[in-house]
Amino acid sequence: MPRITYLEAGRRALAEEMRRDPDVWAVGEDLGRGGVFGQYRGLLEEFGPERIIDAPISENCILGSSVGAAMTGARPVVEMRFADFALCAIDELVNQAAKARYMFGGQTRVPLVVREPVGLWKSAAAQHSQSLEAWYVHVPGLVVVMPATPADNAGLLKAAIRCDDPVVYMEHKDLWGLEGEVPEEVAPIPLGTARRARTGRDVTIVTWSAMVHTATEAAERLAGERIEAEVLDLRTLWPWDREAVFESVARTRRVLIVHEAVRVGGFGAEIAATLAEELDDRLAAPPRRLGAPRVPVPYSPPLEEEVRVSADRIAEAARALLRS
Amino acid sequence: MEDTKGGSGANLDRDRLCAFYRHMWRIRAFEECAIRGAEAGEVFGTVHPSIGQEAVAVAVCGNLRRDDILLSTHRGHGHTLVKGADPYAMMCELLGRAEGTCGGKGGSMHIADFGIAMLGANGVVGANTVIAVGAAQRLKKLGSDRIVACIFGDGAVNRGTFLEALNWAAVRTLPVLFVCEDNRYSASTRTAELTAGEGAAARGRALGIETAEADGNEVPTLDAIAREAIARVRGGRPVLLVTRTYRLTGHTSRDPAGYRPQEELAAAREKDPIRRCADLLRLAGLEEAELAAIEAEARREMAEIYERARNAPWPRRDLAYTDVQDVGAPTERPY
Repeated sequence: MPRITYLEAGRRALAEEMRRDPDVWAVGEDLGRGGVFGQYRGLLEEFGPERIIDAPISENCILGSSVGAAMTGARPVVEMRFADFALCAIDELVNQAAKARYMFGGQTRVPLVVREPVGLWKSAAAQHSQSLEAWYVHVPGLVVVMPATPADNAGLLKAAIRCDDPVVYMEHKDLWGLEGEVPEEVAPIPLGTARRARTGRDVTIVTWSAMVHTATEAAERLAGERIEAEVLDLRTLWPWDREAVFESVARTRRVLIVHEAVRVGGFGAEIAATLAEELDDRLAAPPRRLGAPRVPVPYSPPLEEEVRVSADRIAEAARALLRS
Repeated sequence: MEDTKGGSGANLDRDRLCAFYRHMWRIRAFEECAIRGAEAGEVFGTVHPSIGQEAVAVAVCGNLRRDDILLSTHRGHGHTLVKGADPYAMMCELLGRAEGTCGGKGGSMHIADFGIAMLGANGVVGANTVIAVGAAQRLKKLGSDRIVACIFGDGAVNRGTFLEALNWAAVRTLPVLFVCEDNRYSASTRTAELTAGEGAAARGRALGIETAEADGNEVPTLDAIAREAIARVRGGRPVLLVTRTYRLTGHTSRDPAGYRPQEELAAAREKDPIRRCADLLRLAGLEEAELAAIEAEARREMAEIYERARNAPWPRRDLAYTDVQDVGAPTERPY
């Protein structure tokens, strides 16, 4: 199976969807020149400026016009450049895209994909590094997807484009160069299905996005200590795969939820609370969470390192969980 | 497009003027029923009346094709009625009933009727301008001769979306008719006090958008200007139409609007578009009895609709869970 990068997998999936469906178009800043990270390279040449649409730096209009286009039959892929910048268009996403179908009594759908690159990356600091997935999971009407591997970035992006709901699609900037096997023919991956990244019997680590790799690294270390950690990559945060999580945690009886985002009010809290409510009698220990401290992302490498959830911290949290 | 001064009633098409008069009375009667309903506690939420602004609705929406797209505001009953929505379904929506345009899920601020290409009123000021641009971009790509009309108030011109949408429409040459319905108040504050420069029209011209200005209470003139603007938009380019009108009620039906001087209100009542239209119809030879009959018929229609709507069934409670989303829907499991 050919190996390609996470970035190339997303680029290829979009191109394939655009070939398959003439209603799909992409809009955002600098797309004609390949996008800020190169995720759109070569697409202008193939699809032309009416489908690879260069936008002014007008986030409200990039997202808002996509709502109007989606309500009239287009399937826009909306590039927000950084998840942080998407906050400029929060009304268009939260009050318009997420609400239109419901508040208009089912008269319309808003099938758009909002690509919001997230995460710590090259000392990008406070306004270019955030992981705000929990905000969107909180909003009824939205689907939230966070791929961790090249294969998933292809299959999940295809599924997101074919979904009739507005999808917040968060790629991790630090994964662009990650290589992995991706089949020649990529099938859409059903949204809401987790992937078991590693099998284990002692503790379940539920995680997503770049933290899947950090958690897997931690699990390898723990294996040297005869602790077998299972790593579940949630892939979709809304809806999250409760069956997969329940099945795994019922088996291991211990769960650690890990995310790069700030721990306070993070999506880990929702999972932990759900497990405490519904699986309490099966748990050998209370669910544990690991996330960033509640500080803005700092610039200087030692400071950034301080707020990063590392493999060391994950391994230590898992050990503590097993001692309890 | 040149600015146009007010016209005379001398050589008007009498039938057309009669139709305007009837439509304006239907809007007013609808809203007066809604206000009484709100006072009676039968209409929930907030009602934003457009009383005094009816001429803009009839002149702009009356010149749209049924398949032209309309985006309206929180003050949008008139626009939606003239576009062709069923007033019974609209009234049911205000009363939260199952037969409402949105099944009772939206209320006054979210009335939409996709069957007549009315893509929604909007509870967020200025939010519809960017949505309009995207709908127009889609129409252009399809090679359609349909257009998008987007109506907003004077308060919206101080939102960033106004600039972003006008710029985008100009840069991409999109078929959008932007209509600023300037009723002089941003909620309860005079817009002029909060707006730099010469206001909406100057901003449109600064972006190179063809801009027309009109008296928003003088229906025959406004009709002619709107018709010409729509023809230009159908030719493929954006136009901004700034109409100057006045809100004869408060911001909401509960707002007594004590913040505005009584003299201002008294002067505005003299320029009530319905009154001015009646004067023109008298000039055109209509009898008082005929004018009164048009008003009475509109009031009778809306009163009857209100009565039917208030006896209409409520939505089933389980419908609270439908039409949220396909993937991860609350109907899949009790999240």
